[in-house]
Amino acid sequence: MNSKIRNIFLADSTLVPLAAILLGLITGAIFMLAGGFDPIKAYGSLLDKVFGTSYGFGETIRQITPLIFTGLSVAFAFRTGLFNIGAEGQFIMGMLASAYVGISFDLPFIIHAPLAIIIGALAGGLWGAIAGYLKAARGVNEVITTIMLNWTALYFANFILNAFLVPQGKQNSEPVKESAIITIGWLSDMFDNARLHWGTLLALIAAVVFYILLWKTKTGFELRAVGLNPHASEYAGMNVNKNVMNAMFIGGLFAGIGGACETLGVFHYMSIMSAMPGYGMDGIAVALIGGNTPIGVVLGAILFGILSFGASGMKFGAGVPVELIRVVIASVIFFVAAHGIVRYFIKPLLARQKEES
Amino acid sequence: MDWVVTGSNLIHDTIVFSTALIFAALGGMYSERSGVTNIALEGMMIIGAFSGAVVTFFMQDVTPMAPWIGLIAAIILGAVISLPHAVASITFKADQVVSGTALNFLAAGLAVYLTKVIFNGAGQTTTLTSVFGKWHIPVLGDIPFFGHAIFEAYPTSYLAFIAVAVSWYVLFRTPFGLRLRAVGEHPRAADTVGINVKRMRYTAVMISGALAAMGGATIALTTTSNFSHNTVSGQGFIALAALIFGKWNPLGLTGAALFFGIAQAVKTLVQILGLTAYVPIEFIYMLPYVLTVLVLAGFVGKSSAPAALGKAYDTGSR
Repeated sequence: MNSKIRNIFLADSTLVPLAAILLGLITGAIFMLAGGFDPIKAYGSLLDKVFGTSYGFGETIRQITPLIFTGLSVAFAFRTGLFNIGAEGQFIMGMLASAYVGISFDLPFIIHAPLAIIIGALAGGLWGAIAGYLKAARGVNEVITTIMLNWTALYFANFILNAFLVPQGKQNSEPVKESAIITIGWLSDMFDNARLHWGTLLALIAAVVFYILLWKTKTGFELRAVGLNPHASEYAGMNVNKNVMNAMFIGGLFAGIGGACETLGVFHYMSIMSAMPGYGMDGIAVALIGGNTPIGVVLGAILFGILSFGASGMKFGAGVPVELIRVVIASVIFFVAAHGIVRYFIKPLLARQKEES
Repeated sequence: MDWVVTGSNLIHDTIVFSTALIFAALGGMYSERSGVTNIALEGMMIIGAFSGAVVTFFMQDVTPMAPWIGLIAAIILGAVISLPHAVASITFKADQVVSGTALNFLAAGLAVYLTKVIFNGAGQTTTLTSVFGKWHIPVLGDIPFFGHAIFEAYPTSYLAFIAVAVSWYVLFRTPFGLRLRAVGEHPRAADTVGINVKRMRYTAVMISGALAAMGGATIALTTTSNFSHNTVSGQGFIALAALIFGKWNPLGLTGAALFFGIAQAVKTLVQILGLTAYVPIEFIYMLPYVLTVLVLAGFVGKSSAPAALGKAYDTGSR
């Protein structure tokens, strides 16, 4: 038993991300020292911000939730060999569609909230499917189209907000109806009014669905086969183009639900955006560090949720600009991607393990 | 409304907005022709805009040549910041899109972080007092219509067109260009005849960083006069689209960059003409991005990319 646990920790798939995270934090510390800051105090106040108060802890969970959704979105497309940089746009479409349903409809809670989430999911899914269609039918690189669709979604959402949902001269839309709100009141009270909602549970369910869909169904088998070798899949009689569209649609669904939960669970309204919310981009980092597996994505989201929510504590406690955390996250991705570098650092550790066994 | 003046202004603005795209797309061309996907143009442009603005800021009270020194600093730092991408994707054979994405994250974070460190917590550099002014070319600049349209541009715009001509010559008429293309099309064959594939790719990625950074610097040193987190705002990705639309050819990508430049110029024009009463402003903002998608979906053939693009070269592979 003991050796089993040790094997899990010393497996390459665990060791490389762990070493990458450590190297990323060290890189961040070097830049802090260069900027004249105290890295130990900074990381200390980061952790204090997250774990020091029940409000901070609750808000960190709030921060982690959308990252699970966008991480799953990116990871799902990755499994089919697609690079979905469009989780950002799909997330925005999910926010927008759920805000529209939440504001404009008047229904009992048991229908209203689920409907708003489903419409949000579909909006995200269809937005992803556009890139999937262009890839399948026209051979357009999905990396470019998804990036362009992110900006298009941003301005499209602003247009809809300005035209229909935001009162003249305001920045925020009308609040969504009480019946569409998915905040958990008693839980929020327990965490000092941190904005906790049912979306977190949905995110964990989504991770399970991700696993079942990809590894326990025929559709999932095809999606993964296309990702591993499109030519062989084609030869085996699978429709590669259909699978490309499916992967982008399902990936978009995940991001769309994430956006919907953000509107219905956290803000209860939607604002005119001057910049991207950023969860989609962070989702790329989450998926990469998580090795595109559902458990990895959840763990990755927890890590990046802690880092990005704690960043403001770092600013408060040690004066470090919050952007430093972007440098840390970027370095972690670098080290995971170029795992040869990491192997070089952990080689002594692996060698010792060999000697012992 | 005088349509002749408007037309002349439109061409004038198109060149202003296209300049950065031309530099960045040219940069992307070197990298991708050598077989290294460069989704990191955005990040390289951000570093260029940042270093150009900061160095100019510190030199502007010392010498009137400050913007030129800023531009040179951007070129050097652009080449340096491209190194993590080169090391990860060439030496350690990382997925090139992933490492490019990481570089975009890194550049955006680092540039704003350092800006805040240098400018006491402010999210943007102080507005520069010394930036590039437009050059009125004698005689040619006095031609009606075309004078203002073309021969009253920023020096960086002239530089961009010179860079296009030089790049065309380098790519198609020099041994270096032949080797670059060989490494991107068939690295194994190139290796067999004695070309150092990895060194070629490193060189290409660094040229790429230098040119993309020049593009970023031209934005900060002409139109915005400072650096902030949204100085570049996606233009690196539009440059990448221009590169693909232009079929990895210096002349083609220049045409594509000018096309996207028009989309930007029209944005300004629509606001000046007061057309926003008829067309929601958000649709004008959307225009360059939607056009990119439509253009790529409609006009680009499928098989024009360098054959070995995106594949790490392994000396032992066949």
